[in-house]
Amino acid sequence: MKAEKYFIQGNEACARGALKAGCRFFAGYPITPSTEIAEDMAVFLPREGGSFIQMEDEISALGAVIGAVWTGLKAMTATSGPGFSLMQEHIGYAAMTETPLVIVNMQRGSPSTGQPTMASQSDMMQSRWGSHGDYEIIALSPSSVQECFDFTAEAFNLAEKYRVPVMVMGDEIVGHMREKIIIPDKVEILPRQMPKEGPETFLPYQAPPEGTSAMPAFGDGYKMHITGLTHDERGYPDASNPQTHSELVNRLCDKILKKTAEIARIQEESTADADVIALSYGAPSRSALKAVRNARNQDIKAGFIKLDTVWPFPEELVRETTKNAGKVVVVEMNLGQIFYEVQRVLPEVKVELLPKIGGEMQSPQEILEKIKSI
Amino acid sequence: MRKDIRIAGFGGQGIILAGIVIGKAAALHDDMFAVQTQSYGPEARGGASKTEVVISDEEIDYPKIENPDILVAMSHEALMAYLDDLKDGGILIIDPDMIPEEDVLPFVKEHNIKLYKAPATRTADEKIGLKIVANIVMIGAITRITKVVSEDSARKAVAESVPPGTEDKNLAAFEAGAALADGGV
Repeated sequence: MKAEKYFIQGNEACARGALKAGCRFFAGYPITPSTEIAEDMAVFLPREGGSFIQMEDEISALGAVIGAVWTGLKAMTATSGPGFSLMQEHIGYAAMTETPLVIVNMQRGSPSTGQPTMASQSDMMQSRWGSHGDYEIIALSPSSVQECFDFTAEAFNLAEKYRVPVMVMGDEIVGHMREKIIIPDKVEILPRQMPKEGPETFLPYQAPPEGTSAMPAFGDGYKMHITGLTHDERGYPDASNPQTHSELVNRLCDKILKKTAEIARIQEESTADADVIALSYGAPSRSALKAVRNARNQDIKAGFIKLDTVWPFPEELVRETTKNAGKVVVVEMNLGQIFYEVQRVLPEVKVELLPKIGGEMQSPQEILEKIKSI
Repeated sequence: MRKDIRIAGFGGQGIILAGIVIGKAAALHDDMFAVQTQSYGPEARGGASKTEVVISDEEIDYPKIENPDILVAMSHEALMAYLDDLKDGGILIIDPDMIPEEDVLPFVKEHNIKLYKAPATRTADEKIGLKIVANIVMIGAITRITKVVSEDSARKAVAESVPPGTEDKNLAAFEAGAALADGGV
């Protein structure tokens, strides 16, 4: 089969990307503006020999996904703000048990039930910090229908490589927008790593300081003990031992943070000689790109940065691409979240926020005015 | 060259499908770039409904529309909400049974708008016997008036976007709409 063209929504593209990447289990609870992902999975998963379950809520949805992963499957769920909040406990459990899975969050106006049919990027900090404790996850931010496909497929491989929950942090605009996409016949699939040792000698949590262990499933013949309690290299609870806890939790963080250079990606345009840079991610990055191009047409030295990876934050790449610029405008659909991260990594640069809430993204004109006035 | 098209009416008129069909015609059959977006409220029917289609021969950065080149209004409420955004010299297509012409004439005159009247709802009822295909009638009118997509591509996109078994009725609706354009204002 050859690559095929489609004119579909970002949500549908997420579902197609997941299926191509080998996802064979989806549990979820439908919620606007992510519902089309669940609808598509309900149609297509059974045809691929997979399973779709509509659960009673989002807590059980992520619980079912975690269970499916430990049977050896690749699995995902999709939701929006209110459901994402309910999933937080299990996100921490997945991080602690190093369960590779994918969560798509098509963000809507919030807090609470907020604006079901309108867009926001208000869950960006929650995607990193929403569950209790020190842990790290990976979050990608698609800005087009093609990226919804590509990033969701990539999310499954990242999840396997680092044994970590990976979030695809979209928004209502990309979720519901329709564009032409090319779906390749095959995408690269990273299979789950099986142990080289036999069941007698394998230690499921004996990972190198910045790495992960192989992951046999229940039924593969290995003795697996999966717990959210602090556990030793056998997987047994060892919750009162300060050293065990410190080593485990440091490793959970280091296996992501110290691999930022190989995980994180950005896109840029015209940054080399730019005085002012518009930095954005997700849907509003397309507004920012238009604004930067308009600025260049008016002989304003503007540049553009789009974060493909939001977590781990691409610190070095942002520093490198802004090193000749004195000013950065952060464009996001919230009241300031990634803005503070940019400020943190660019202490010498004048960083200002162009926030927007209400459900619509910043217009190119609004961004251009900010580029001129900063 | 970028063309910004906004189609608006009330929920249940098939506004969003009209946007999808035009986007599909451009993206899949004319090999252009196209983005279709939509806005709707939490209600299933009634309420305002709007779709926007951007068609371009180069990759589309900003996917939304601020000032459309073409505005298609299928309800009075939609006209009132969006008329002011229409570009000077732009194209306005209205369903005259939903919108009294005198409501738009001052704006049309002042901003040099090209006004077309396409009675899509009445045509769907009288010519096809199905009010529900008013949106497809309107696609026929839009296609012939504006030429934003080729007619062959639009026919293909209509046929592949409607429920199986209804292709003939919908294609007849498309032709009836295109014929409205030939009639002129």
